[in-house]
Amino acid sequence: MGSSKKQTSVPVRTKVPSPEEVEKRNTVHINAETVTNVTSTDFPGFYPGEDHAWDIEKFRQSVRVQFHQNDPYEAQFSLIGVDASIANAFRRIMIADIPTLAIEDIFMWNNTSVIQDEVLGHRLGLIPFTGGKEGLHNFLKWYKKGETPCDYNTVELELKVKCENNENAPADSKDPKELYHNAHVYAKDIKFVPKGRQAKYFSGENAIRPTNPDILVAKMRPGQEIDLTMHMHKGVGSDHAKFSPVATASYRLMPTITILEPILGRDAEKFQKCFPEGVIGLEKVTKEEAKKKGSGYEGHEGELKAVVLDAMRDTVSRECLRHDEFKNKVKLGRRRDHFIYLVESTGQWESDAIFLESIAHLKEKAKRFEKMVVNMVQ
Amino acid sequence: MGKVTKFGDDGEEVTMKETPTSHQPEAHDDVSMADAGEEGEEGEEEFEEETSKVRLLPGSTPTAASFEFLEENHTLGNALRYVIMKNPDVEFCAYAIPHPSEAKMNVRIQTYEGTTAVEALRKGLRDIQDLCDVVSEKFLEARQEFTEKKAAASA
Repeated sequence: MGSSKKQTSVPVRTKVPSPEEVEKRNTVHINAETVTNVTSTDFPGFYPGEDHAWDIEKFRQSVRVQFHQNDPYEAQFSLIGVDASIANAFRRIMIADIPTLAIEDIFMWNNTSVIQDEVLGHRLGLIPFTGGKEGLHNFLKWYKKGETPCDYNTVELELKVKCENNENAPADSKDPKELYHNAHVYAKDIKFVPKGRQAKYFSGENAIRPTNPDILVAKMRPGQEIDLTMHMHKGVGSDHAKFSPVATASYRLMPTITILEPILGRDAEKFQKCFPEGVIGLEKVTKEEAKKKGSGYEGHEGELKAVVLDAMRDTVSRECLRHDEFKNKVKLGRRRDHFIYLVESTGQWESDAIFLESIAHLKEKAKRFEKMVVNMVQ
Repeated sequence: MGKVTKFGDDGEEVTMKETPTSHQPEAHDDVSMADAGEEGEEGEEEFEEETSKVRLLPGSTPTAASFEFLEENHTLGNALRYVIMKNPDVEFCAYAIPHPSEAKMNVRIQTYEGTTAVEALRKGLRDIQDLCDVVSEKFLEARQEFTEKKAAASA
């Protein structure tokens, strides 16, 4: 910003950077050993005469969302035109601030298996559960420590398994799963015990159940048994990872690959192999290209040239920068304001709903603090 | 688990969004509960836990101030720093987490004459809300478009 503190009149900021200039500013350079041009500069006063003040209408026009995949438990989409600090806030909220239900208290009546109580308890806590969305998100409320567990803040589960010999096992069998009953305890052995109004919200296909029924919880041998009752409460990922609604919520910046000079023939094939499949394609040099002087294609008609097909699939391994034949022929970069999110849900929310919830959460937080700031000055 | 209190089906006063995001700090809940009891204001439960989590740090002037946010971290800190820096009336804005084991986040704002640091903070918080609305809108549009495209492709 300007140095004078007594700047009262608003300076005219009318200069608009050219599209090429904007592109340049929005590209992070990926070099062989370094990363450069990393910080964003879109702030008022950074470029003299340019207006970078926050403007919601400008933002509305520049921000874009593109979906790549939208499955219940996995979504991939691009959020384009926002700053890293905003994109990161959404990512952090998805991981740490969106509430889910998880096993919090365990009443271990009997555990004669070889897994210690605390280890078994920890394993049970980490099992992701799912159930009716309406009940999970609207009916269930927070449980405060010391409160009486009620139908609207606690979900009760039960695990009661006993390992016994299987009389009907084949004589020559050596497989414990055949020799004994309940040699393996799975997440699906956990029974949901509906209480009060929970029967209304969590019945049939809406029942509280493990998202992945085949998670192995414990192994046992004849004579051993596990008998326990569990209480599930709502919590957030910042308290414990078991409450996180996502397996992963991450983003990466859109890679850019710019071929500066033609890469032809065998070099092109080698170049293609420097990238994951589908990133670089090989095309024949056309007659027109070969005719054009100064294009670098003269006399190469019909030869293969390397073209960029899909930069998004690149992992930015920088392998191509290690080879001398591509020196000064290719430039790697990333788009500073293009975030490719990958959200994998653990089952209690649809993956796209998690992102929407994170937006709502940030808004709610800002709203709450705005109120507090107003109260603070009064 | 035996006891089931009788609430109307939609009768709960406390909705999820108004309760704290983490249930770890019990102490705060207890304090606010006690406060609400003393005041004896019924029907005002919505504000019971709104004990202020932001305060002005000592040594401030109208145009230069530091604010302390309780139980906040980089999530709000960096986002807030960004939108406040986008304000042309702001000369300087930065945030810090002074110590990792204290759940506190500080924001420093210095503005030019003509506005105040508090106003800049307030505008920043408002801008975040507007931003969230736009992102949400765009996200829903894109999702709708994607679903329709997919349905058309499979039909």
